[in-house]
Amino acid sequence: MNRFSLVRAADVAEASREAASPAARIIAGGTNLVDLLKYNVERPSRVVDISRLPGLRGIEDTENGGLRIGALVTNTDLAYDERVQRRYPLLSSTLLAGATTQLRNAATTGGNLLQRTRCYYFYDPATPCNKREPGTGCPAVSGVNRIHAILGASEHCIATHPSDMAVAMAALEAVVHVSGPAGGRAVPIAEFHRLPGDAPERDTNLQPGEVVTAVELPARGFAAHHTYLKLRDRASYAFALVSVAAGLEMEGGRITEARFALGGVAHKPWRDPEAEAMLRGQGPDRGLFERAAAHVLRDARGYGGNSFKIDLARRAITRALEQAAAGTPQSQTDKRIQ
Amino acid sequence: MPDHPIASDTLPIELTINRDTRRLPVAPWTSLLDLLRENLGLTGTKKGCDHGQCGSCAVLLDGRRVNSCLVLAATKDGSSVTTVEGLAGPDGALHPMQQAFIDHDAYQCGYCTPGQVISAVALVEEGRAHTPDEIREQMSGNICRCGAYPNIVAAIQQVLENAR
Repeated sequence: MNRFSLVRAADVAEASREAASPAARIIAGGTNLVDLLKYNVERPSRVVDISRLPGLRGIEDTENGGLRIGALVTNTDLAYDERVQRRYPLLSSTLLAGATTQLRNAATTGGNLLQRTRCYYFYDPATPCNKREPGTGCPAVSGVNRIHAILGASEHCIATHPSDMAVAMAALEAVVHVSGPAGGRAVPIAEFHRLPGDAPERDTNLQPGEVVTAVELPARGFAAHHTYLKLRDRASYAFALVSVAAGLEMEGGRITEARFALGGVAHKPWRDPEAEAMLRGQGPDRGLFERAAAHVLRDARGYGGNSFKIDLARRAITRALEQAAAGTPQSQTDKRIQ
Repeated sequence: MPDHPIASDTLPIELTINRDTRRLPVAPWTSLLDLLRENLGLTGTKKGCDHGQCGSCAVLLDGRRVNSCLVLAATKDGSSVTTVEGLAGPDGALHPMQQAFIDHDAYQCGYCTPGQVISAVALVEEGRAHTPDEIREQMSGNICRCGAYPNIVAAIQQVLENAR
């Protein structure tokens, strides 16, 4: 770990001013940043501590029936919040599918969104990596790539975003509130993370000095018909190879609204509005779900070690939509997949 | 010697560790784990992976279990910490979880045990585990490479049953 100075920001404005420097990094829960510091992947000269900032720890009802989650709310507090469990059980389920109790106790909502990829090459400063050192190349494309992207990747980067929480937030169409030098703005979650393109060093569309202050959930929570199906190499405490967060609204045996997002397959939570549209107005049917899944994967590409994910994702989507339609969400304790 | 210019000296923080309040100068990059082990001689808390993957460094921070290897101590001014050394009573009587680990032979080499015990104490306090499946899931952040898991689950079940 390199040496750095630590500043405890007194308010969001100070944090924003401090964070505007490319040599600065913000710390909240620290569960990802401290790890990256130890690997010398991150080498800031200044670390800005926002963990004590006032006003970012609350979970509040919004005027339009939604919920506003402060950026410093821990993953544990969010997962077990009574309103989240009742109105947004999909979000609670994704949080409990991720990491462990010790990590969720420290990890924050903002930090979860901003965590970096777990690509082996990104984490190893002895290897090239376009995300870590732009222009050096991507060894994952022809290397070990079991955990890598099958959708939306580029020749410059095939890393995936590792968050579970963000996958539910994508399906729920959350809005990320940020505050920066030019004031505050609200960013739809679909526009918060980026695809790698030719600038994989940028994970998000945040501008210099912008600080995440809250995540807002719209009223629609899919509490009756939802699931988070996470497939991984061990049953707990592992990142998703493929995951699906699904939410349906059903009336009279027909699907009136459908949303689903995939984790573990792309540089951001992956949604496909065309595939969702295929489900609206239809009865829940395995054949229909398989066609929608095939549509999502129509441009999928494997790189050898991760090629199995294309079939896995197709089947995971189908199964997740069946679980959601039946109102039988995947348990995050009993890992058997029904 | 550091390979970058030092932009800051140590920061003073106050920590209450096992009911003992201390004022300490810490460098910004010092993890809570290193502070406990290297500066305070509290070597009960173990360094396994040092990357948040194994759980052997678990401590209670303001009453909640966390991996102390991923906490920068300088960000925890005013917090309270309980380590495995703080579990026994003032008379040295073992915490019921420590006794249960002995009763069930819930370790082999013992290296992960302080983290397992701290995590298990927190699990009981959290009150969200009632079945062996729930215990296993909520203890998944504590790895035991000797594979003592069945006995660890049994030890925790004993404490949960006695607490009912």
